[in-house]
Amino acid sequence: MTASNPSIRPNTLRSGPDESGHFGPYGGRYVSETLMPLILDLEREYRAAQADPAFKAEFDDLMTHYVGRPSPLYFAERLTEHLGGAKIYLKREELNHTGAHKINNCIGQILLARRMGKTRIIAETGAGSHGVATATVAARFGLPCTIFMGAVDVERQQPNVFRMKLLGAEVVPVTSGAQTLKDALNEALRDWVANVHDTFYIIGTVAGPHPYPELVRDFQSIIGQEAREQILAAEGRLPDLLVAAVGGGSNAIGLFHPFLDDASVKMIGAEAAGYGIDSGKHASSLAGGSPGVLHGNRTYLLQDDDGQITEAHSISAGLDYPGIGPEHSWLHDIGRVEYQPVTDDEAVASFQLLAKLEGIIPALETAHALAVVEKVAPTMARDQIIIINLSGRGDKDIPTIAKAQGVTI
Amino acid sequence: MTRLADSFARSRAEGRAALIAFVTGGDPTPAATGAILDALVEGGADVIELGMPFTDPMADGPAIQRANLRALAAGTTTNDLLAIATAFRVRHPQVPLVLMGYANPMVRRGAEWFAAEAARAGVDGVICVDIPPEADGALGPALRAAGIDLIRLATPTTDAARLPAVLDGASGFLYYVSVAGITGTQQAGQASIETAVARFKAATDLPVAVGFGVRGPEQAEAIGRVADGVVVGSAIVDLIAEHGAQAAGPVREFISTLSAAVKRAAKEKAA
Ligand SMILES: Cc1ncc(COP(=O)(O)O)c(C=O)c1O
Repeated sequence: MTASNPSIRPNTLRSGPDESGHFGPYGGRYVSETLMPLILDLEREYRAAQADPAFKAEFDDLMTHYVGRPSPLYFAERLTEHLGGAKIYLKREELNHTGAHKINNCIGQILLARRMGKTRIIAETGAGSHGVATATVAARFGLPCTIFMGAVDVERQQPNVFRMKLLGAEVVPVTSGAQTLKDALNEALRDWVANVHDTFYIIGTVAGPHPYPELVRDFQSIIGQEAREQILAAEGRLPDLLVAAVGGGSNAIGLFHPFLDDASVKMIGAEAAGYGIDSGKHASSLAGGSPGVLHGNRTYLLQDDDGQITEAHSISAGLDYPGIGPEHSWLHDIGRVEYQPVTDDEAVASFQLLAKLEGIIPALETAHALAVVEKVAPTMARDQIIIINLSGRGDKDIPTIAKAQGVTI
Repeated sequence: MTRLADSFARSRAEGRAALIAFVTGGDPTPAATGAILDALVEGGADVIELGMPFTDPMADGPAIQRANLRALAAGTTTNDLLAIATAFRVRHPQVPLVLMGYANPMVRRGAEWFAAEAARAGVDGVICVDIPPEADGALGPALRAAGIDLIRLATPTTDAARLPAVLDGASGFLYYVSVAGITGTQQAGQASIETAVARFKAATDLPVAVGFGVRGPEQAEAIGRVADGVVVGSAIVDLIAEHGAQAAGPVREFISTLSAAVKRAAKEKAA
């Protein structure tokens, strides 16, 4: 393990992870021996792909013509006016094919799967956004696909479950543990060790063993690269603040990473605080957790004194996870990114606000980022600029919101 | 000689494989585990693997997953596990005891803390599912400094290029996970086990034990003919699931059939 001295800052914050897959003391490869050769293969293949112009050309082509990129950077005039502070721009990832940022990563990984000659795809999903995106690319590339989803999430994200099935995926409800995202990940890992010879595991966020946190980040960084160009074109300068919701942290790191070395750009990640940090029922692994080892990497986790993982809670299935990507743990420790907890109630209120003010129904995950903006925008000057990652659309959450309001649909 | 080396040497002197028995600590309760461990020894187990329960046993099939949950539901803590080990060591001064589990509970209070407490409890070895050789630094140095073997795992995906990395720093014995998969679900073909064991024995002097999917005497006997150790887990855990706090009797009986099987294998080898 690489020991990190937080008082010594590297010249760039964008060079991680190191060779052993660490961001400071976080990350690494904590997997069973069965998976280890595969993880090393994946890393070799990813390095080869990075050096191969044809790989990038195909990725870019699919981004343009299949996903519909670049996604717009939209000035939210009415939201800006309503909050009465900084100018707010929305990076419209919800307009991507399948309705969230998740597809960016899935395209990259399925191209890697094909390079490696794998013939079967598996994935875990919480909200179903990643499951839908995975089922979509599997259909596009003609590969059979199995999605693991906690039984509780299957229940609360019915529209996405149906979408995955329409796309030809098999959806396996996972009944162990709290039957949410963590348990889906466990089950996907169990399937993977039993099928290493032909199966590619498309992890949906910047977690898991090295090199997943790195490659998922790289594929998602297209968000920040575009946003950077777009804001320079629109405003002639860099933004003052970036805000994104953090589950595992893929949409957040995708937006943040290209700006990490721009000291003037502040960043806030919104963690799901469920019923509040003090209630003990939340999913804020930074605000309410401590470092440990789970799902292949060392990172902040919700756990007890014995290292047993405690259950996360969030109204948003995509944030209902007791860990966070290792790069975020490091960015938290060195203070480059600030992470703020946002409760279920705050997220639901912001969900409704954006729908009414801008005619955009955001995903409940995304609504956590909006809640942060509601708090900070009014404290900023009118000539300052915020970019929010509008990571997904909220159609999938209609049943959850209806239930929260006591409405039967 | 360590208790582990001593035990393998004794089995070898009898011309047979060592019988290694796994149960999850605290299943069904911490109080019931002692009697179950005694039953393993009385039935003829040579080495005891005591599972440390974890909320997220990613490498385990349904049987051991449920055992983990039963143990945690019964309130089993790391201190309970250490107390179970300590008491076992008093009752069975010569029987090697290996803790098996996942990284997070082992490193939670620091690897040094864990290594010191395990050593004090009389633990001889540790098997950690999610610490591959590449992550050895997180646990290996602390255990070795405390005189505890970190037992390495080899799997069907451990190819010739990788084997030296697995063996570098390995001690106690080499544990061959004979199927690429989770515990208690599939069984490996005998031919593939024989090929793998021969490959490992050509590369190391450590005893080679074979586990995953060994359900009963027949397989134990077949594997006993070629390996230095036979590991049985899920099949015992199934008995505990069925009999709960009354499991000691049925477990003792089952282990004696396995013990007889590895002894039969010895006779066949000699013949
Ligand atoms: C729309 C949307 N945003 C955010 C997330 C959280 O994931 P991440 O933190 O990896 O972006 C999810 C997860 O399902 C999601 O569906």
